[in-house]
Amino acid sequence: MFTGASPSLPRFGLRFLFGVVWDPVHGIFGVAPEILGTLVTSGIALLISVPLSIGAAIFLSEHAPAWLRDPVGYVIELLAAVPSVVFGFWGLAVLVPLMQGSVDPWLQSAFGWSPLLGGPNGGGRNILTASVVLAVMVTPTISAVTRESLAAVPRDQREAALSLGATRWEATRLAVLRYARTGIFGGIILGLGRALGETMAVTMTIGNKNAFSGSLISPGQTMSSLIANEFTEATGKLYVSALVEIGLVLLLVTLLVNIVARLLVWRVVRGGAVAGGA
Amino acid sequence: MPTKLETVQLSAFYAKKEAIHEVSLAFPEKTVTAIIGPSGCGKSTLIRCLNRMHEVTPKATTTGEIRLDGEEIHALDPVSVRRRIGMVFQKANPFPTMSVYQNVSAGLRLNGVRHRKELDAAVVRSLKQAALWDEVKDNLDGPGIRLSGGQQQRLCIARALAVEPEVILMDEPCSALDPIATAKIEDLIFDLRQNYTVVIVTHNMQQAARVAEFTAFMYLGKLIEIDRTQKLFENPAEKLTEGYITGRFG
Repeated sequence: MFTGASPSLPRFGLRFLFGVVWDPVHGIFGVAPEILGTLVTSGIALLISVPLSIGAAIFLSEHAPAWLRDPVGYVIELLAAVPSVVFGFWGLAVLVPLMQGSVDPWLQSAFGWSPLLGGPNGGGRNILTASVVLAVMVTPTISAVTRESLAAVPRDQREAALSLGATRWEATRLAVLRYARTGIFGGIILGLGRALGETMAVTMTIGNKNAFSGSLISPGQTMSSLIANEFTEATGKLYVSALVEIGLVLLLVTLLVNIVARLLVWRVVRGGAVAGGA
Repeated sequence: MPTKLETVQLSAFYAKKEAIHEVSLAFPEKTVTAIIGPSGCGKSTLIRCLNRMHEVTPKATTTGEIRLDGEEIHALDPVSVRRRIGMVFQKANPFPTMSVYQNVSAGLRLNGVRHRKELDAAVVRSLKQAALWDEVKDNLDGPGIRLSGGQQQRLCIARALAVEPEVILMDEPCSALDPIATAKIEDLIFDLRQNYTVVIVTHNMQQAARVAEFTAFMYLGKLIEIDRTQKLFENPAEKLTEGYITGRFG
């Protein structure tokens, strides 16, 4: 990738990372909006999917009646294997009209005063729509890993909490979630990895505008969707090399986010054993 | 001695399989009662019925009555029953993500105790009662899981004592421990009867003889006999008991 990116690497230097203009015609390449787009869509996706998937996993493994567990768990895990282009189609067919018709106008009228949720909504194809699609895609992953981690908690841990007079929910919180937290964090990081790199479903729903307006309901672009959009039509050595360099940046950003997440987990897990309260 | 806890015609089932059959047994207040018998005789199932832990297992049910101070415990909230009847398990099971302090205070914090002074006092009291204080007092914030096996089991006893239950159930608490750790816990059990009603399941007859005033013998899910420990071991009423304690089977 370094070789592929070698024409553009020295030419733009750090301007590549911080530049906001992507203009292949004039040979100006800056990917700051796409870096932001990637981080923001993945961030929102996690905000939506983490509570959802962990909640679903807790319900399924701790509280659901036995006959419900396996079928629902199986369906969730099946969702994790659906190709992303199918999620993209689902996004186009179902989510985009829904966002365009009801969610976006409501957000605009209720929160339009804030730059975060104002401005034109790109006909339903925008950052928020892509984030929701991503959330739906990573939920099965996080949920499946969380379910495995919860199932791995020994029975005597639950019973220890119950024997102290814990209710079922208290036992889940006190004994089960704490015991399984490393595995749950692992699932979240796995989901984050999928969200950061996801290409097809995002390309189909984000609106593909090479800018980041600051509003979540405006069209945008992520690093991977930009590559997917323009690679086939890239003409000239510099253009192609700039796209390869995006790939390189994406790799580094993903690596960086993962390292930060790991450090965070490491601190929580280690610090929690000694100082954190229940 | 008044009766603290008793079972009346208690049967317990896993799905359709009967594990104990019509056991009627009284546990006198502030005494140690041991339940002995060969593996699979239902003694662990019996003790798990006493704090309604049996019903946590899927498809596990009971018939008959269990009375705590004369009150049928199935008519009470299981959470409140378990606050009054603590339990120590076969394998030490401290919470691995918690410090020694947090382990001991976990039950109190569940009950909504937040005052640091109150928690501190309870932690010190429970650890002393569990004969663990001298070994951990300098490292209360260290993880409970780093203690030795015997210390972990005493930590679990301290955790159970911290909520000040009236009855303490112990399900083969020394089966995974070496003789020295076992001796420490036996001394501790012997002291506990000043304040608590203790029921201990063991397949170690010497242990029953050392710690318990009363001993019950179970075989194939039935209560064969219960008597003062010395009497049961020296002059059992039933042939089955005699056969078991003299080592003819089991």
